[in-house]
Amino acid sequence: MTLTLDAPQLVDTRPLLLARHVSKTYGNVQALNDVSATVYPGEVLGIVGESGSGKSTFLRCLNLEETPDSGSYTLDLPDVGGNLFDLDRYARRMLCATRIGIVYQNPHLGLLMKHSSSGNVAERLLVAGERRFHTLRDKARDALDASEFPLDRMDAPPIELSGGMQQRVQLAKAIALEPALLLLDEPTTGLDVSVQALVLDTLKRLQQERRITMVIVSHDLGVIRTLADRVMVMRGGRVVEEGLADQIFQDPQAAYTQQLVHAKL
Amino acid sequence: MTRVLDVRGLSKGFTMHHLERHMAAFQNISFTLDAGRFLLLKGQNGAGKSSLLRTLYRSYLAGSGEILFHSAHGVIDLARAADVDVTLLRQTEIGFVTQFLTARPRVSAEALVAEPLRRAGRPLDDALAEARHWLKTFGVKPDLWAAYPTTFSGGEQQKVNLARALILPQRLLLLDEPTASLDAGARAALVQRLAELKAGGTAMIGVFHHPGDVAQLIDTEIDLTPDDKLHEDQPHVAL
Amino acid sequence: MSLKSLTRDWEPMSYGFLDASAKREIRRKMLKAIAVPGCQMPYASREVPMARGWGTGGLQISCTLLNPKTKVKVIDQGADDSVNAASIRRFLARVSGAPTTLDTLEADLIQSRHRIPEEKLRDNQVLVLQVPNPEPLRPVQPNMSIARQMHADADYGRMWLQLYEQILRAGRVMQGASYPSLVNGRFVMTPSPIPRWDVPKLHMAKHLTILSAGREKRLHAVPPFTRVEPLVFDDVPYRVEEHGALTCTRSGARGFFMNEIPQDDGSSAFEISDSEYGVKTLRQRDGEAVTFGDTWYKHGEMAQ
Repeated sequence: MTLTLDAPQLVDTRPLLLARHVSKTYGNVQALNDVSATVYPGEVLGIVGESGSGKSTFLRCLNLEETPDSGSYTLDLPDVGGNLFDLDRYARRMLCATRIGIVYQNPHLGLLMKHSSSGNVAERLLVAGERRFHTLRDKARDALDASEFPLDRMDAPPIELSGGMQQRVQLAKAIALEPALLLLDEPTTGLDVSVQALVLDTLKRLQQERRITMVIVSHDLGVIRTLADRVMVMRGGRVVEEGLADQIFQDPQAAYTQQLVHAKL
Repeated sequence: MTRVLDVRGLSKGFTMHHLERHMAAFQNISFTLDAGRFLLLKGQNGAGKSSLLRTLYRSYLAGSGEILFHSAHGVIDLARAADVDVTLLRQTEIGFVTQFLTARPRVSAEALVAEPLRRAGRPLDDALAEARHWLKTFGVKPDLWAAYPTTFSGGEQQKVNLARALILPQRLLLLDEPTASLDAGARAALVQRLAELKAGGTAMIGVFHHPGDVAQLIDTEIDLTPDDKLHEDQPHVAL
Repeated sequence: MSLKSLTRDWEPMSYGFLDASAKREIRRKMLKAIAVPGCQMPYASREVPMARGWGTGGLQISCTLLNPKTKVKVIDQGADDSVNAASIRRFLARVSGAPTTLDTLEADLIQSRHRIPEEKLRDNQVLVLQVPNPEPLRPVQPNMSIARQMHADADYGRMWLQLYEQILRAGRVMQGASYPSLVNGRFVMTPSPIPRWDVPKLHMAKHLTILSAGREKRLHAVPPFTRVEPLVFDDVPYRVEEHGALTCTRSGARGFFMNEIPQDDGSSAFEISDSEYGVKTLRQRDGEAVTFGDTWYKHGEMAQ
């Protein structure tokens, strides 16, 4: 009914992220079924879908925490080549530690709850080889500041902080090394609506100021609408529809997307 | 004159899956638009005026036809352009002014207005200064500049919206009833800004509930009312 | 030729207490540990007539290394005369017939709990340290399997983070003993709970150090002339205990690691921790001819 789209003509940059035909099965559950995604530098790709749609599994694959049964994944970075799913554990760890930042829904996954917040950020710098205490502190402070974290609490352990603040620490940790790719897994789910708005605003501002390439997974259409340039709708491990954010929300094509969008608005 | 837009045989319909029906929005629209020209879309409610604008902006996917946009990078068919290309054009060459502001929560009015400039790479202070200038021009009270637009009245929101949409001159500007809830002062400021942009070479396509507001700007009209789908022939005569 | 001529007579106990296969295993594991400095090697820690946790790891290494001519010295927190040190020394002598000594300079094999003697060790001496917990990552990663993976990846971010946290909270590194140290630029090891004072003595030392944990069944080694660098931030220097200016109240020795002895009036008296060095100082004061070895610290400062 609609036209098929051309390949990009104006954007002369190559895609930063290219995932092709990613499939993964757990037991007899097909979590991902031939999922492909392309993300250009500076772009925000939103992935929406209900629970069990495979969106989080796909994000974990992009963070190299999961290895799919088939498919390829490349990042267009100077010293990173080949299918990243083929990397060994050590190479994956180094790549994720230095080039990919992630913010989890559950701060307990991403943070050391009893260490200081600045220490949580500093850990990433330490892994990258920073060995000067004062530089560590300065860089941690900068990253926390960019995440709009109150600096007078920068040495408080996350366990004493509110959920919104914990997400900011995760964010600061993720951006401390200026990652090439920032992955966000339901970053605001579980936060109060008012706090959600603040965290989203921080993300939006960071994205605009630093042009960080992001992939954000959420079941919350409002979050996706606020942040994403492009949206990928997933269901049952498959990509249902993909398009510009406002187009997906205003002119959804697939029956499922229409249901999803009209359920929300 | 520089061609900006060349629309050929454009049609749009909606498949309503829950009704199992296909509904046409508009069919077989063709027109051309040059730089510095203003095209008015007319028609009854439901004739597809807003739908056409949204299709041109690619918020709607076209059903068939071509939207040849003469961008700074060359000619590109907006109906088929890749999403990233559309994103790029929206950031640099195509503006869209809607009836409604969808403000992000907890972002100040001035920050919201400055955003297009920031995205274009202007330094923060500079961008904010210009944002304030336009907020002032459209008649937003200074004490509201740092407040969140979500708390504003409809009219004030619309002013913020206009300031944001018109702050950066673009090659093509799509206007969807921008005067809807404006007071006289803001309306005058809007018409003046539009005239300024028009003189600067911006091509515009607008839907206006009261076209009289912008009468002196209009160059061409298209009536989308279904029986006689297309009148692109007569240039508008200013009254 | 009879079968009897090829075998030994039955004995109630193997030489050096441990049976031949146990000693062979430990020798192999020691060689491995020396080949990969700082890397922990698991071994089947045998039963010895001593409770686990009282130096059984060190004891097994000593039993393996002993021969009838090895001069053995055993110290416990620097002292030769503590019950534990004296018992181990006597045990080693009984099971091997090896001569014992108290003098660091004369010893071929020194088994030590938590100290390195103040006099420099030579390339023909072996230091055996008793280790309660050989895993430096345990405070940050209680899961041993993951900790081993972290060692394999040289993933020591958490280790550094611990130091960061200590400086943050206390203004300095609070790790008093068993200061984590990077061996040969690759593996982080815990140098057994020796004080910070002793860690620099391991760096590029001439002697071989074997660190063995009997309860944890793992041993690691610092071969001669191997880099041992305490983990330390570039801008927060490593500091040893401030004992350089202290004087031993009994012997008058000065500039060495001291034991603090609280006094009734609330003050502290200090006695040199390396007891034999103190004894030598006393004997010299009494007019005896005593040979002192070269010391690592001179006038309370580590010689560069």
